[in-house]
Amino acid sequence: MLDLQERQAAATAAAASPAIHSVDLAKHYGKTVALANLTMTVPRGEVFGFLGPNGAGKTTAVKLLVGLIPATSGEGWMLGKPLGDRQVRRRIGYLPELFRYQPWLTAPEVLRVHCELARLPRSSWKTEIEGAMTLVGLAGRERDRVGTYSKGMQQRLGLGVALLGSPDLVFLDEPTSALDPVGRHDVRQILHHLRERGCAVFLNSHLLTEVEMVCDRVAMVDHGRVIASGTLDDLLGGKSCRIRVTGLDPRQRGSLRAFGDLDDDGEWITVRGLEPERVPEVVDEIVRQGGRVYAVEPRHLSLEDRFLQLLGEGEKNS
Amino acid sequence: MDVAPILTFAKLTIWEASRRKLLIALVLLTLAIIVGTSFLMSRLWTVSVQNGRPPSEVEVRLIASQLLILIAFMFAAVLALSSVMVAAPSISADVESGLVLSMLSRPVRRADLVIGKWLGLAVLVVAYAGGSGFLELLGISLTTGYVPPHPVQLLAYIAGEGLILLTLALLLSTRLPGMTGGIIGLVAYFVAWVGGILGGVGVAIGNDALRHTGTVIGLLIPTDQLWRGAVYSMEPASILAAARAAGRLNSGNPFLVSNPPAFAFLAWAAVWILGLLALTIWSFRKREV
Repeated sequence: MLDLQERQAAATAAAASPAIHSVDLAKHYGKTVALANLTMTVPRGEVFGFLGPNGAGKTTAVKLLVGLIPATSGEGWMLGKPLGDRQVRRRIGYLPELFRYQPWLTAPEVLRVHCELARLPRSSWKTEIEGAMTLVGLAGRERDRVGTYSKGMQQRLGLGVALLGSPDLVFLDEPTSALDPVGRHDVRQILHHLRERGCAVFLNSHLLTEVEMVCDRVAMVDHGRVIASGTLDDLLGGKSCRIRVTGLDPRQRGSLRAFGDLDDDGEWITVRGLEPERVPEVVDEIVRQGGRVYAVEPRHLSLEDRFLQLLGEGEKNS
Repeated sequence: MDVAPILTFAKLTIWEASRRKLLIALVLLTLAIIVGTSFLMSRLWTVSVQNGRPPSEVEVRLIASQLLILIAFMFAAVLALSSVMVAAPSISADVESGLVLSMLSRPVRRADLVIGKWLGLAVLVVAYAGGSGFLELLGISLTTGYVPPHPVQLLAYIAGEGLILLTLALLLSTRLPGMTGGIIGLVAYFVAWVGGILGGVGVAIGNDALRHTGTVIGLLIPTDQLWRGAVYSMEPASILAAARAAGRLNSGNPFLVSNPPAFAFLAWAAVWILGLLALTIWSFRKREV
C-alpha cells in the first residue's frame, strides 16, 4: 500500500516537474569550453528558444540534454528524471541539426524503425507513420527512397521522426535550416499545434525572427555562456523609437540622451527605453532645438536588436 | 536483457547490405564461380595422368581435394576481406553522417547498436560461408564424387575467419574512418597469414624466435590457425598421411596441415571475439557523437 502511495507520489512529482531543469551544466573539450554553467528551466508545454550565433554551444547543449554526450560538470533533469535516463527517452523527440536518415530506406520504413526503437505499441505503428507522413507534408512520397529526397524533404522527415508517439518534450535543432518559406510556415504551424497539445519544445535556432514568432521564453547563448534568458517580454520589455532628424549639431543630438540610450547613425536616432507616451516630448525637444523631423517610428525592440546589443555588450566586457 | 533494439539494429544491418546491392552482387559472383569451378572439376575426368591414360576415380578425388583447398582459400579470402570492408565503415560512417544521433536518442543503449551491428554482420558472414560453401561442395561432389572428410567443420573454420575480421573491423570502426579501419583490417589479415608461415618455418628449422613470433601473431589475430583448421578439414586420409610423414619440415606450408587447431586455441578464438566485442562496446560508449 505504501509502495503504491510512493509510486503515486513519485508520478505526481514527475508530472509537476519542469520539462527541463539544469544546474551549472558544462561541457569542455580539453581547454575549449563548449558550454559553461548552463542553468535554466523550461516549463512544460512551452516553446523555449535557445539562441546564439554559430559555434555558441547550442548543439552541445541539446546533445547534453538528450543524453548523447556526458556533461563535464553540473547536473540536469528532463521530465523529472536525471539526464541520460533511458526510460525518459521514450517520451522525447529529437531532430538533430545534422539530420540524416538511412538513404536506402523509404520514409515509412525509417519511421517504422523509429517506432520500434521508441518502443511504441506495434498496434499504433500504422497510424503513427501515416500521421507523421501527412503532418510533415510527405504524403504521396511513401514509395521513394530517402536518398532521392531533397534536403528540405529529409528535414521534414526528421521532424516526423521526432514527433512519433506524441512526445512530452521535443528537441528541434535548427529545424528550418533546409526549408523554404512554405516549409518554415509549416514548421511554425506544427510548433503552435505542439504547444496546444501541451508538448514542450526546445528550439535551437539562430533565425531570430522565427523564434520571436513562436517562442514563449528564450535563452541567449554566446561562447558557451548564457548571456540572457527570460520571457520575450522580459527581454524585449524596453521600448525604443527611431526618429529621422536633420538640423541638429552633435551636441544637440547628444542632449537627447536625457530620454534614454541613444544609437545615432547620423541620419536616424534610436532612443532606447522610451515609453510610448514620451515620444511627443522627444519630438518637441528636437523641434525646440531647431531640428527638422522627417519620420518617427515608435517600435518594440526586436529580438535581433536585443541579441546584437547583448553580443556587443559581451564583446565590450571581454 | 532486452534484445528488441539489438534485433532492430541487426535487421537494419542486413537490410542495408541487401538494399545497397551487396548481397545480390556477392550471390551472383559466387554462383558464377561455383558454376565455373564445378565445370572445371568435371573436366578432371578427361585429363591424362600417365602414358595418356585417364585418371582413376581415386586420382580424380585426390586432385579434386587439392583444387578444393585452393578454391576454399579464395572463398575464405573473399569472405575475410568482404567482412573487413563492410564492417570497417559500419559505425564510423553512421557517426560521421549523423545517422546515429536520432537513433541513440531513443531508449536504447550504445551496446545495443554495437551488438546489433555485429549480429547482423555475423549472420551475413555465416550465411555466406554456409551457402557458398554448401553449393561449392555440392558442385564438386556431383562432378567428381569427392566430399571432404569434415565439411561442416570446414565451413565453420572459414566462417570463423570472417567473424574474427569483422569483429576487429567493427572495433576499429568506433574510432577510425572506414577507409583507415579497412586498411588496418586488411593488413592484419595478411600479417596473420604471413605470421602463420613464419611460425611454421620457425618450427621447421628449429628457430625459436620465428616460432614465438608466429605464436604471438597467431594469438593477436587468430585467423591463420582457423585457416589451417579449414585445410585439415579438407584433407583426405592419403594427403593427411603424407603431411604427417613430412613431420615438422612441412609446418610452414599453409596448404598442407597435419593436425587441427587445439581446443585451447579455438576457445581462445571465442574469447578473443567476445573480448573485442566488449572492447568495441566500451570504445563506442566513450566516443562523443
